[in-house]
Amino acid sequence: MWQELYQELAPYDFLPIAVAMDSREGDALPWIEAAKPTYPTLIDREHRMADLFGIVNVPQAVWIDETGRIVRPAEAAGAYEGFRRMNRTTREMPEDVARLTAHARTTYLDAVRDWARRGAASPHAFSADAARAHLPALTEDMAAAQAMFRLGQLLLQQGEREEGQRWLGEASRRHPESWCIWRQSAGVNDMGFAALPDFWERVDALGEGRYYKPVDMPGMP
Amino acid sequence: MTTLLTDTGRFEVPAAEAAGEDLWLPAGDAETITGWSVKPEGLCKAEVCVPLPPGRAQHFVQGSRVNVAALWRHLGQLVVHSDRGRAWVLASSARERSAALRSLQAPDFTLPDPSGRLHSLSDYRGKKVFLVTWASW
Repeated sequence: MWQELYQELAPYDFLPIAVAMDSREGDALPWIEAAKPTYPTLIDREHRMADLFGIVNVPQAVWIDETGRIVRPAEAAGAYEGFRRMNRTTREMPEDVARLTAHARTTYLDAVRDWARRGAASPHAFSADAARAHLPALTEDMAAAQAMFRLGQLLLQQGEREEGQRWLGEASRRHPESWCIWRQSAGVNDMGFAALPDFWERVDALGEGRYYKPVDMPGMP
Repeated sequence: MTTLLTDTGRFEVPAAEAAGEDLWLPAGDAETITGWSVKPEGLCKAEVCVPLPPGRAQHFVQGSRVNVAALWRHLGQLVVHSDRGRAWVLASSARERSAALRSLQAPDFTLPDPSGRLHSLSDYRGKKVFLVTWASW
Protein backbone atom coordinates (compact mmCIF):
# COMPACT_ATOMS: atom_id res chain seq x y z
CA MET A 1 0.00 0.00 0.00
CA TRP A 2 2.90 2.33 0.65
CA GLN A 3 5.24 0.80 -1.88
CA GLU A 4 4.94 3.62 -4.43
CA LEU A 5 5.51 6.24 -1.78
CA TYR A 6 8.51 4.30 -0.53
CA GLN A 7 10.06 4.09 -3.96
CA GLU A 8 9.51 7.80 -4.48
CA LEU A 9 10.90 8.89 -1.10
CA ALA A 10 13.55 6.29 -0.26
CA PRO A 11 16.31 8.65 -1.52
CA TYR A 12 15.36 10.98 1.34
CA ASP A 13 15.87 8.25 3.98
CA PHE A 14 12.13 7.75 4.26
CA LEU A 15 10.93 4.31 5.38
CA PRO A 16 7.39 3.05 5.90
CA ILE A 17 6.99 0.35 8.52
CA ALA A 18 3.56 -1.20 8.11
CA VAL A 19 2.15 -2.97 11.15
CA ALA A 20 -0.78 -5.36 10.82
CA MET A 21 -3.06 -5.19 13.85
CA ASP A 22 -4.22 -8.71 13.26
CA SER A 23 -4.32 -11.38 15.89
CA ARG A 24 -5.62 -14.40 14.05
CA GLU A 25 -2.85 -16.47 12.55
CA GLY A 26 -2.42 -15.78 8.88
CA ASP A 27 -4.99 -13.00 8.50
CA ALA A 28 -2.48 -10.45 7.24
CA LEU A 29 -0.38 -12.78 5.10
CA PRO A 30 -2.35 -12.95 1.83
CA TRP A 31 -2.49 -9.17 1.72
CA ILE A 32 1.25 -8.81 2.27
CA GLU A 33 2.06 -11.50 -0.29
CA ALA A 34 -0.06 -9.78 -2.93
CA ALA A 35 1.53 -6.38 -2.29
CA LYS A 36 5.15 -7.62 -2.26
CA PRO A 37 6.43 -4.63 -0.27
CA THR A 38 10.15 -3.98 0.08
CA TYR A 39 9.69 -2.08 3.35
CA PRO A 40 9.19 -3.89 6.67
CA THR A 41 5.72 -5.33 7.20
CA LEU A 42 5.25 -6.51 10.75
CA ILE A 43 2.57 -8.53 12.53
CA ASP A 44 1.33 -7.10 15.83
CA ARG A 45 -0.84 -9.81 17.35
CA GLU A 46 -0.76 -8.37 20.84
CA HIS A 47 -1.34 -4.78 19.64
CA ARG A 48 1.92 -3.39 21.05
CA MET A 49 1.23 -0.35 18.87
CA ALA A 50 -1.87 0.36 20.92
CA ASP A 51 -0.01 -0.14 24.18
CA LEU A 52 2.98 2.03 23.28
CA PHE A 53 1.57 4.69 20.95
CA GLY A 54 -2.13 4.88 21.88
CA ILE A 55 -3.28 3.59 18.51
CA VAL A 56 -6.99 2.76 18.40
CA ASN A 57 -7.82 2.27 14.72
CA VAL A 58 -6.41 1.60 11.28
CA PRO A 59 -4.91 3.21 9.35
CA GLN A 60 -3.19 5.34 11.93
CA ALA A 61 0.37 6.57 11.58
CA VAL A 62 3.16 7.91 13.77
CA TRP A 63 6.00 9.92 12.25
CA ILE A 64 9.40 9.29 13.84
CA ASP A 65 12.51 11.21 12.80
CA GLU A 66 16.07 9.98 12.28
CA THR A 67 16.93 10.44 15.96
CA GLY A 68 13.93 8.39 17.10
CA ARG A 69 11.86 11.42 18.13
CA ILE A 70 8.10 11.35 17.59
CA VAL A 71 7.37 14.13 15.10
CA ARG A 72 3.65 13.44 14.72
CA PRO A 73 1.86 11.23 17.29
CA ALA A 74 -0.76 8.66 16.30
CA GLU A 75 -3.35 10.05 13.86
CA ALA A 76 -5.54 8.84 11.00
CA ALA A 77 -3.23 8.32 8.02
CA GLY A 78 -5.11 10.11 5.27
CA ALA A 79 -8.26 8.11 5.91
CA TYR A 80 -11.62 9.82 6.01
CA GLU A 81 -15.12 9.08 7.31
CA GLY A 82 -16.43 9.03 3.74
CA PHE A 83 -17.02 5.29 3.76
CA ARG A 84 -19.93 5.89 6.18
CA ARG A 85 -21.91 7.41 3.30
CA MET A 86 -21.16 4.43 1.06
CA ASN A 87 -24.05 2.40 -0.35
CA ARG A 88 -23.57 -0.83 1.54
CA THR A 89 -24.88 -3.03 -1.22
CA THR A 90 -23.31 -1.43 -4.30
CA ARG A 91 -20.34 -0.02 -2.33
CA GLU A 92 -20.72 3.23 -4.26
CA MET A 93 -19.98 6.58 -2.65
CA PRO A 94 -21.72 9.88 -3.44
CA GLU A 95 -19.47 11.94 -5.68
CA ASP A 96 -18.87 14.76 -3.22
CA VAL A 97 -17.86 12.25 -0.57
CA ALA A 98 -15.59 10.38 -2.97
CA ARG A 99 -13.88 13.69 -3.75
CA LEU A 100 -13.39 14.52 -0.08
CA THR A 101 -12.01 11.04 0.54
CA ALA A 102 -9.49 11.40 -2.28
CA HIS A 103 -8.64 14.92 -1.11
CA ALA A 104 -7.95 13.71 2.44
CA ARG A 105 -5.61 11.05 1.15
CA THR A 106 -3.75 13.38 -1.21
CA THR A 107 -3.41 16.08 1.43
CA TYR A 108 -1.93 13.60 3.86
CA LEU A 109 0.43 11.98 1.37
CA ASP A 110 1.67 15.40 0.22
CA ALA A 111 2.43 16.26 3.84
CA VAL A 112 4.37 13.00 4.19
CA ARG A 113 6.29 13.83 1.01
CA ASP A 114 7.09 17.29 2.34
CA TRP A 115 8.42 15.86 5.58
CA ALA A 116 10.48 13.24 3.76
CA ARG A 117 12.09 15.94 1.63
CA ARG A 118 12.47 18.72 4.18
CA GLY A 119 12.60 16.94 7.54
CA ALA A 120 12.25 19.29 10.49
CA ALA A 121 11.84 22.25 8.11
CA SER A 122 8.47 20.88 7.04
CA PRO A 123 5.52 22.65 8.71
CA HIS A 124 3.93 19.22 9.11
CA ALA A 125 6.71 18.08 11.45
CA PHE A 126 5.57 19.19 14.90
CA SER A 127 7.90 21.01 17.26
CA ALA A 128 8.46 19.25 20.57
CA ASP A 129 5.77 21.34 22.27
CA ALA A 130 3.27 20.78 19.47
CA ALA A 131 4.01 17.04 19.37
CA ARG A 132 3.36 16.81 23.11
CA ALA A 133 0.11 18.72 22.70
CA HIS A 134 -0.99 16.19 20.08
CA LEU A 135 -0.18 13.07 22.10
CA PRO A 136 -3.22 10.85 22.65
CA ALA A 137 -4.67 11.03 26.14
CA LEU A 138 -4.05 7.61 27.68
CA THR A 139 -6.44 6.62 30.46
CA GLU A 140 -6.11 3.84 33.02
CA ASP A 141 -9.17 2.21 31.41
CA MET A 142 -7.25 2.08 28.13
CA ALA A 143 -4.22 0.55 29.84
CA ALA A 144 -6.42 -2.00 31.61
CA ALA A 145 -8.13 -2.83 28.31
CA GLN A 146 -4.74 -3.42 26.69
CA ALA A 147 -3.64 -5.75 29.48
CA MET A 148 -6.92 -7.67 29.17
CA PHE A 149 -6.49 -7.82 25.40
CA ARG A 150 -3.05 -9.40 25.79
CA LEU A 151 -4.42 -11.86 28.34
CA GLY A 152 -7.32 -12.78 26.05
CA GLN A 153 -4.98 -13.36 23.10
CA LEU A 154 -2.71 -15.54 25.22
CA LEU A 155 -5.64 -17.65 26.40
CA LEU A 156 -6.92 -18.07 22.85
CA GLN A 157 -3.46 -19.20 21.77
CA GLN A 158 -3.51 -21.72 24.61
CA GLY A 159 -6.84 -23.09 23.40
CA GLU A 160 -8.90 -21.50 26.19
CA ARG A 161 -11.47 -20.21 23.75
CA GLU A 162 -14.31 -19.32 26.10
CA GLU A 163 -12.21 -17.46 28.65
CA GLY A 164 -10.06 -15.87 25.94
CA GLN A 165 -13.12 -14.46 24.18
CA ARG A 166 -14.49 -13.24 27.47
CA TRP A 167 -11.33 -11.21 28.16
CA LEU A 168 -11.36 -9.72 24.65
CA GLY A 169 -14.98 -8.71 25.20
CA GLU A 170 -14.10 -7.18 28.54
CA ALA A 171 -11.18 -5.31 26.93
CA SER A 172 -13.56 -3.83 24.38
CA ARG A 173 -16.01 -2.79 27.09
CA ARG A 174 -13.22 -1.04 29.02
CA HIS A 175 -12.05 0.79 25.90
CA PRO A 176 -15.07 1.09 23.62
CA GLU A 177 -13.41 3.71 21.41
CA SER A 178 -10.78 1.22 20.27
CA TRP A 179 -11.75 -0.23 16.90
CA CYS A 180 -8.57 -2.32 16.99
CA ILE A 181 -9.72 -4.15 20.10
CA TRP A 182 -13.31 -4.45 18.91
CA ARG A 183 -12.24 -5.75 15.50
CA GLN A 184 -10.37 -8.63 17.08
CA SER A 185 -12.98 -9.40 19.72
CA ALA A 186 -15.83 -9.31 17.18
CA GLY A 187 -13.81 -11.30 14.67
CA VAL A 188 -13.34 -14.14 17.09
CA ASN A 189 -17.04 -14.81 17.24
CA ASP A 190 -17.82 -14.34 13.58
CA MET A 191 -15.02 -15.32 11.25
CA GLY A 192 -13.93 -12.66 8.76
CA PHE A 193 -16.62 -10.86 6.87
CA ALA A 194 -19.55 -12.27 8.82
CA ALA A 195 -18.75 -9.62 11.43
CA LEU A 196 -19.51 -6.81 8.96
CA PRO A 197 -23.17 -6.27 9.98
CA ASP A 198 -21.97 -5.75 13.55
CA PHE A 199 -19.35 -3.33 12.23
CA TRP A 200 -21.94 -1.15 10.44
CA GLU A 201 -24.15 -1.20 13.51
CA ARG A 202 -21.29 0.02 15.63
CA VAL A 203 -20.35 2.71 13.11
CA ASP A 204 -23.95 3.91 12.93
CA ALA A 205 -24.06 4.10 16.71
CA LEU A 206 -21.37 6.81 16.51
CA GLY A 207 -24.05 9.18 15.24
CA GLU A 208 -22.40 12.56 14.92
CA GLY A 209 -19.23 11.21 16.55
CA ARG A 210 -16.12 10.74 14.43
CA TYR A 211 -14.80 7.32 13.38
CA TYR A 212 -11.40 8.96 12.88
CA LYS A 213 -10.44 11.82 15.12
CA PRO A 214 -9.79 14.95 12.98
CA VAL A 215 -6.19 15.36 11.84
CA ASP A 216 -4.52 18.67 12.60
CA MET A 217 -3.19 19.42 9.14
CA PRO A 218 -4.04 22.33 6.81
CA GLY A 219 -6.56 21.25 4.20
CA MET A 220 -7.69 18.11 6.02
CA PRO A 221 -11.49 17.63 6.03
CA MET B 1 2.88 -24.16 34.16
CA THR B 2 2.29 -20.45 34.63
CA THR B 3 2.71 -18.04 31.73
CA LEU B 4 3.67 -14.46 32.45
CA LEU B 5 3.50 -11.59 29.94
CA THR B 6 5.45 -8.42 30.61
CA ASP B 7 6.69 -5.53 28.52
CA THR B 8 9.81 -7.46 27.69
CA GLY B 9 8.20 -10.69 26.63
CA ARG B 10 6.57 -13.98 27.53
CA PHE B 11 7.87 -16.21 30.29
CA GLU B 12 6.94 -19.77 31.26
CA VAL B 13 7.52 -20.15 35.00
CA PRO B 14 7.14 -23.69 36.37
CA ALA B 15 7.88 -22.61 39.94
CA ALA B 16 5.26 -19.82 40.09
CA GLU B 17 2.55 -20.07 42.72
CA ALA B 18 -0.69 -18.16 42.25
CA ALA B 19 -3.08 -17.53 45.12
CA GLY B 20 -5.97 -15.21 44.33
CA GLU B 21 -4.50 -11.85 43.43
CA ASP B 22 -0.99 -12.86 44.46
CA LEU B 23 1.70 -14.33 42.25
CA TRP B 24 4.74 -15.72 44.03
CA LEU B 25 7.93 -16.35 42.06
CA PRO B 26 11.33 -17.60 43.21
CA ALA B 27 13.44 -14.49 43.73
CA GLY B 28 15.75 -15.49 40.88
CA ASP B 29 12.85 -15.77 38.42
CA ALA B 30 11.40 -12.50 39.68
CA GLU B 31 14.68 -10.73 38.98
CA THR B 32 15.17 -12.32 35.56
CA ILE B 33 11.65 -11.51 34.47
CA THR B 34 10.99 -8.13 36.06
CA GLY B 35 14.44 -6.80 36.90
CA TRP B 36 13.45 -6.33 40.55
CA SER B 37 15.50 -7.98 43.29
CA VAL B 38 15.34 -8.22 47.07
CA LYS B 39 17.91 -6.09 48.89
CA PRO B 40 18.21 -4.89 52.49
CA GLU B 41 16.75 -1.55 51.32
CA GLY B 42 13.68 -3.28 49.95
CA LEU B 43 12.83 -4.22 46.38
CA CYS B 44 15.28 -2.68 43.93
CA LYS B 45 15.65 -2.27 40.19
CA ALA B 46 18.74 -0.52 38.83
CA GLU B 47 19.15 2.59 41.03
CA VAL B 48 15.57 2.57 42.29
CA CYS B 49 14.68 0.96 45.60
CA VAL B 50 11.21 0.66 47.03
CA PRO B 51 11.12 0.04 50.77
CA LEU B 52 8.70 -2.65 51.86
CA PRO B 53 5.75 -1.18 53.79
CA PRO B 54 6.47 -1.57 57.53
CA GLY B 55 4.57 -4.49 59.00
CA ARG B 56 3.57 -5.74 55.57
CA ALA B 57 6.88 -6.95 54.22
CA GLN B 58 5.66 -10.55 54.27
CA HIS B 59 3.02 -9.62 51.70
CA PHE B 60 5.85 -8.95 49.24
CA VAL B 61 8.72 -11.21 50.25
CA GLN B 62 8.60 -14.57 51.97
CA GLY B 63 11.83 -16.47 52.29
CA SER B 64 13.28 -16.62 48.79
CA ARG B 65 10.00 -15.85 47.02
CA VAL B 66 8.66 -12.54 45.75
CA ASN B 67 5.00 -11.63 45.22
CA VAL B 68 5.44 -9.83 41.88
CA ALA B 69 1.72 -9.09 41.58
CA ALA B 70 1.74 -7.25 44.92
CA LEU B 71 4.90 -5.41 43.84
CA TRP B 72 3.30 -4.37 40.57
CA ARG B 73 0.22 -2.99 42.30
CA HIS B 74 2.40 -1.27 44.91
CA LEU B 75 4.22 0.46 42.04
CA GLY B 76 0.91 1.63 40.63
CA GLN B 77 1.14 -0.73 37.66
CA LEU B 78 -1.47 -3.08 36.25
CA VAL B 79 -1.98 -6.77 36.86
CA VAL B 80 -4.54 -9.06 35.22
CA HIS B 81 -4.72 -12.82 35.41
CA SER B 82 -6.78 -15.70 34.11
CA ASP B 83 -9.48 -17.35 36.21
CA ARG B 84 -7.29 -20.28 37.25
CA GLY B 85 -4.21 -18.12 37.78
CA ARG B 86 -2.05 -19.81 35.17
CA ALA B 87 -1.77 -16.78 32.85
CA TRP B 88 -0.72 -13.35 34.12
CA VAL B 89 -0.05 -9.98 32.52
CA LEU B 90 2.16 -7.47 34.34
CA ALA B 91 1.41 -4.29 32.42
CA SER B 92 2.36 -0.64 32.55
CA SER B 93 -0.04 1.97 33.83
CA ALA B 94 -1.32 4.75 31.59
CA ARG B 95 0.67 7.17 33.72
CA GLU B 96 3.91 5.37 32.91
CA ARG B 97 3.05 5.08 29.21
CA SER B 98 2.11 8.75 29.05
CA ALA B 99 5.34 9.80 30.75
CA ALA B 100 7.30 7.77 28.21
CA LEU B 101 5.44 9.37 25.31
CA ARG B 102 5.94 12.88 26.73
CA SER B 103 9.69 12.35 26.36
CA LEU B 104 8.84 12.13 22.63
CA GLN B 105 11.41 9.37 22.20
CA ALA B 106 9.53 6.67 20.34
CA PRO B 107 9.45 3.56 22.54
CA ASP B 108 11.35 0.66 21.02
CA PHE B 109 9.51 -2.51 20.08
CA THR B 110 10.26 -5.81 18.35
CA LEU B 111 7.78 -7.56 16.06
CA PRO B 112 8.04 -10.35 13.47
CA ASP B 113 7.54 -10.05 9.73
CA PRO B 114 5.64 -12.79 7.86
CA SER B 115 8.79 -14.92 7.58
CA GLY B 116 9.22 -14.74 11.36
CA ARG B 117 12.25 -12.48 11.20
CA LEU B 118 12.25 -9.98 14.08
CA HIS B 119 12.49 -6.24 13.49
CA SER B 120 13.03 -3.56 16.13
CA LEU B 121 12.21 0.09 15.61
CA SER B 122 15.75 0.88 16.75
CA ASP B 123 17.07 -1.12 13.77
CA TYR B 124 15.87 1.78 11.63
CA ARG B 125 17.40 4.68 13.52
CA GLY B 126 18.66 7.13 10.92
CA LYS B 127 15.51 6.86 8.79
CA LYS B 128 12.43 9.02 8.76
CA VAL B 129 10.06 6.29 9.86
CA PHE B 130 6.42 6.35 8.79
CA LEU B 131 4.94 3.84 11.23
CA VAL B 132 1.51 2.97 9.89
CA THR B 133 -1.05 0.42 11.05
CA TRP B 134 -3.50 -1.59 8.99
CA ALA B 135 -5.75 -4.62 9.39
CA SER B 136 -7.08 -7.26 7.05
CA TRP B 137 -10.63 -6.04 7.64
